[in-house]
Amino acid sequence: MPIPQKPGTVRSKKGSITQLKAPVVKGAKVSNKKKDEEDGTETGDGDEWMQGKTLVKPPDQLDLTEAELKEEFTRILTANNPHAPQNIVRYSFKERSYKPISSVDQLEVHFVLEGNLLHKDSDEARRQRARQGFAEDKTPETSVAENEDKPVTPADGVEDAGDADDGAGEERPDSVDVLGGKKERKITNQFNFSERASQTLNNPQRERACQTEPPPRATFSGTANQWEIYDAYVKELQKQEKNKEKQKVLSSKKEGDKAKKKTVLVENQSDDVTKVAKVAKIIERMVTQNTFDDIAQDFKYFEDASDEFREQEGTLLPLWKFQYDKAKHLSVTALCWNQKYTDLFAVGLGSFEFTKQGRGMLLFYSLKNSTYPEYIFHTKFGVMCLDIHKQLSYLVAVGFYDGSVAVYNLKEDRTQPVYKSTAKSGKHTDPVWQVKWQNDDIDKNHNFFSVSSDGRVVSWTLVKNELLFTDIIKLSMEGAVSEGHDDMILDMACGTAFDFHKQIDYLFLVGTEDGKIHKCSKSYSSQFLESYAAHGLSVDAVKWNHFHPKVFISCSSDWTVKIWDHTITTPMFTFDLNTAVGDVAWSPHSSTVFAAVTIDGKVHVFDLSINKYEAICQQSVVSKKTKLTHIEFNPVYPIIIVGDDRGYVTSLKLSPNLRKKPKEKKGQEVPKGPEVEIEKLEKLLSLLRDTDSPVKK
Amino acid sequence: MAEVEETLKRIQAHKGVIGTIVVNAEGIPIRTTLDNSTTVQYAGLLHQLAMKARSTVRDIDPQNDLTFLRIRSKKHEIMVAPDKDYLLIVIQNPSE
Repeated sequence: MPIPQKPGTVRSKKGSITQLKAPVVKGAKVSNKKKDEEDGTETGDGDEWMQGKTLVKPPDQLDLTEAELKEEFTRILTANNPHAPQNIVRYSFKERSYKPISSVDQLEVHFVLEGNLLHKDSDEARRQRARQGFAEDKTPETSVAENEDKPVTPADGVEDAGDADDGAGEERPDSVDVLGGKKERKITNQFNFSERASQTLNNPQRERACQTEPPPRATFSGTANQWEIYDAYVKELQKQEKNKEKQKVLSSKKEGDKAKKKTVLVENQSDDVTKVAKVAKIIERMVTQNTFDDIAQDFKYFEDASDEFREQEGTLLPLWKFQYDKAKHLSVTALCWNQKYTDLFAVGLGSFEFTKQGRGMLLFYSLKNSTYPEYIFHTKFGVMCLDIHKQLSYLVAVGFYDGSVAVYNLKEDRTQPVYKSTAKSGKHTDPVWQVKWQNDDIDKNHNFFSVSSDGRVVSWTLVKNELLFTDIIKLSMEGAVSEGHDDMILDMACGTAFDFHKQIDYLFLVGTEDGKIHKCSKSYSSQFLESYAAHGLSVDAVKWNHFHPKVFISCSSDWTVKIWDHTITTPMFTFDLNTAVGDVAWSPHSSTVFAAVTIDGKVHVFDLSINKYEAICQQSVVSKKTKLTHIEFNPVYPIIIVGDDRGYVTSLKLSPNLRKKPKEKKGQEVPKGPEVEIEKLEKLLSLLRDTDSPVKK
Repeated sequence: MAEVEETLKRIQAHKGVIGTIVVNAEGIPIRTTLDNSTTVQYAGLLHQLAMKARSTVRDIDPQNDLTFLRIRSKKHEIMVAPDKDYLLIVIQNPSE
């Protein structure tokens, strides 16, 4: 039903327009009044507003000339609204069609303000009066005026307050104060005021939550021992050091780095089983220890009880027998204990016979494992002699049958010697019979001496990767090397053994093939200090006493062992062993004890303090056919090792009687050991000298 | 390589040696001369024992380390040599 309603709306519109007409006019009036009042407040005195008007002149007002002021501007106001629509049609029910309306409303409303003033004669006013119960006739105007004023003044006040803020406030502080007092209580609009309240529906509170799936958890626990912490620290430390090294390597060389990588690779490639090499060795020793448990017990604890009943004699208890299958056909040509690891000794294998020369071998055995050597070195020629460095126990000097000398390093895992003399570098032309390490020279180079049957005593010095030689002395028959007789080869004496004095560095003895012993000095290469006509056959060994600085011992194939005072050219003692003597050795425990081996497989142990004429022990330790070639005392334990010509090495324990001296002396004075030893031997010698001298005389 | 093989062979050849077992860090036997079940039993138990022994030694002094362990029983002697990564076990009858 929108059509019938339309006229209604239009009508109402008309009505509103007509209604509005009056308020507009009224509004204008009100605004006029307002203006007046504002002016009044501005000037300060509301009554003389006319005067105020003439006085006020804006500063930027144009000054017009008289003519200009008098100039007339005509403006025509039309009653027509130019924007008014011309083509309004209206439906006529009477004619049942739309009809254009000729009279269009020309009124344009620019401003509408709902006034609260009513014409007192109007119906509404009358109705209002009736409603409020006011006296109709009593001061209707004033009430209106009052009504009118009240809402306006607060507005003014607000305006003024604004002005005052702008800067004008200082001029009229009173008015501001008055207005401020009014402002305190906000008065509700009593004419057009309605209080409406409504409450919206409170939304019920809702809680919403969601839970994520918990991340998977695992309990982790561990205990850290003290040593685990220690290991972690050590590891970290090593890492840091490695990093430092890496940086160094990077800065210095790239090649080095590559090499390092290669070695690392090689390490990684090594087979699993090789890692047990070390423990396998330990196990082998333990298995051996179990197998030869009785021998180990004997070595440590057995003391021949029967010694107590035999005052003058002792026995040798055979302990381990060292053998290596591949060395069976060779004979032991050299023995040497390691001074640092006293369970380790070196064995040189070769042959003394000219017709049987061939390959040789260098073995290292430990008492802890008699079944297999610790180290094995195969050599091209037979080993004739060897010596382990006293301090640097990994250096081993070796002399060969072909006259060359070599140095092996046990620390380096290689089968070849680190140093080797060649024909160019002063190699001997005959078998080397003995080598001996010397103290380092002034330049801290290691050096050793060698003696050979070519008659030379040579000093070898280890310099970087070279072996330098120096001829110390050339041996001759006459006792002195005569210059210019080089072509007389027969003149040459063949050295077979030598030994260096324990205290006097330069002094040494050389035994020769013709049975002579020469006392020489390292500094005089042309002359012997002394010559002893010692033996009838070649000297097999010559050794200084460990304690007494003057005494040395020699042995020879002429069946004899002789003890000398190097200041006297005749022997102090002579012992005939009824067969060729292979080797002789002083005991490191006692100055008067020495042992010799003979080719009939016997070991002879002498203690001069007990018996000056006979051996206190004469024991056959191998079968008769086997020749004993060498003997050595262990530097610590009371045992000796003897080598034979079948490649076997036998270890023997000395019974208490054979080392009687330390037992006896223990009660008295142990700390003075060496001096006591010297004294003991000196006593014997002095007795001999006394008896000797009358004989000589 | 060959040297270790030789050493192991020599150990096995010793009189009284009943068997040798090489055990890795996890306690798994990697080489043995005994039958399967015995090997597994020995390896598992001795590995534990060796680790415990080592821990004991190191707890007392972190700078120290276990090098060898031998167990003497009525019938045998069991020797255990722990290395960094491996364990070498040898069972020997010493009275034989």
